[in-house]
Amino acid sequence: MGKVLLLTRREISAYFVSPIAYVAMALFLVIAGIFFALADFRPGAPAGMRSIFDIMMFILIFIIPIVTMRSLSEEQRSGTIETLLTAPVTDIQVVVAKFLGSWIFYLAMLAPTLIYVVLLAAFGNPEYGPVASGYLGLVLLGALYVSIGLLASSLTENQVIAAVTAFAILIVLAMLGPWIATVVPSRWWIIGVRAIVQQATVRTHYQDFSQGVVDLVHVIYFVALTAYALFLTVKVLESRRWR
Amino acid sequence: MCAMIEVENLTKWYGNTLAVDRATFSVEEGRIVGFLGPNGAGKSTALRILTGFLPATSGQARVNGRDVLMESLAVRSSIGYMPENVPLYPEMRVEEYLAFRAGLKDVPSPKRRAAVDRVLQRCWLKEVRRRLIGQLSKGFRQRVGLAEALVADPPVLILDEPTIGLDPTQIEETSKLIRSLGGKHTVLLSSHLLPQVEKACSHVVIIADGQIKAADSLDELKKGLAHRRQVVMELRAGDTGDGPAEVGRALGQVAGAADASTDEVGGGWLRAVVTPAADADLREGLCALVAQRGWQLREIHRLAPTLDELYARIVAGEAVTAGKEAA
Repeated sequence: MGKVLLLTRREISAYFVSPIAYVAMALFLVIAGIFFALADFRPGAPAGMRSIFDIMMFILIFIIPIVTMRSLSEEQRSGTIETLLTAPVTDIQVVVAKFLGSWIFYLAMLAPTLIYVVLLAAFGNPEYGPVASGYLGLVLLGALYVSIGLLASSLTENQVIAAVTAFAILIVLAMLGPWIATVVPSRWWIIGVRAIVQQATVRTHYQDFSQGVVDLVHVIYFVALTAYALFLTVKVLESRRWR
Repeated sequence: MCAMIEVENLTKWYGNTLAVDRATFSVEEGRIVGFLGPNGAGKSTALRILTGFLPATSGQARVNGRDVLMESLAVRSSIGYMPENVPLYPEMRVEEYLAFRAGLKDVPSPKRRAAVDRVLQRCWLKEVRRRLIGQLSKGFRQRVGLAEALVADPPVLILDEPTIGLDPTQIEETSKLIRSLGGKHTVLLSSHLLPQVEKACSHVVIIADGQIKAADSLDELKKGLAHRRQVVMELRAGDTGDGPAEVGRALGQVAGAADASTDEVGGGWLRAVVTPAADADLREGLCALVAQRGWQLREIHRLAPTLDELYARIVAGEAVTAGKEAA
């Protein structure tokens, strides 16, 4: 555990000296701010953050791959992976620390959006329940996106390829369900497949959070899928042993 | 003395390419051993297997009595490893990086400062301790890599090309540092340049095409050379009328000589190199021949055995026997 913390601390400090991390953060806050101003922070609109929570699911598909792309790919490109993995640490410790580092950076990126809550409270009378559940949803969503970004960056030593791969996986994972519902005809034999795809889709499980519902099934979905992506990342690192 | 590093029949295939072919050698405690071979001979691959970064296809390797595959973590804690090209995090400061690595290598936190100070001192890094690694020159980066390998004071050091890319002064300093590690640490350092190994090591393991061609102490290898010390002479046939070919033929027929070659060096002088067939000193016989023929002689000496020559021959796959006979 001590080593995980040590590695995580290094990851986080690496973010705060990296220009790309600041670019991603600025981009995220600008886009989120614009959407908040246009969708939620309007005269006459209900004092809530439902729209911005829903939109974040899409914004983060673009932002998080930028945050995670260098994580493991840069180690592979520069060769530091060799010193890292020949130190007395396990592959699991390395992956967990990489995950925590990126996730904590994401949470730091999310923190300034709490100012929206302050604004809503100043100009209206928001219900805090859905805001809290919405943030819980964002915390879980971020964990899933980060773990997939990490998996993509373990696959290549090229940061751009890592980002594009993560982006491709995320867009399919987030959007496949709604898309398949509109495209595939409702034949009896295909309904089962459609139901499975719907259940595997991020949007199905994310929406409830922004509406103030915290369902354990949705929490388990995010936690399990995050853990699975991290498990695959560990396997990719281990694969150097049989490649 | 017990063997700190033992390698038995180690084989590594990359797909269809054989990188290491049934390598067997051992390194005894406290020794500084040079791991020598041309580029692409399998040095880095073998070192990566020893450090647990890559698995072997077959065969066994033990460091400090533990199997590198089965007890990987224990092996890794007893090794300080400096990979080729010294990969480092450019965004970290020297001190910060060394403290981070000390923590990863189980140096307890109260002792980390002292451990870092010790290696900063030892690797002449004091004046750059607060600099960003990315801004350091190649020589300093190399020293940071070495300091990193030393920071947890491991019993075994594995250094992959520690002196590559350094200027002669830095090479000298690094060799001195490595020499000072002997006794307390067991050091295996790879290089494709023999002179660098010669300065720091007492023993060498020579690898070429993935196979171990020789593994012995430098002194033993030199002895193996001594029995084939060539004689170099400069002489002139003068007015005896003997041509270069005739001179060469006559020299080659001196008792004990195996071969002779001649080159013209101007002014009628010939430079002849005579190779003995066995451990024989040809100088007397050659001088007698020169006197008998009435040639003029202005220089004669025996070549000192150079390892360069031996190394070149071993790598070419020829003189494996030279080392073995001596041993």
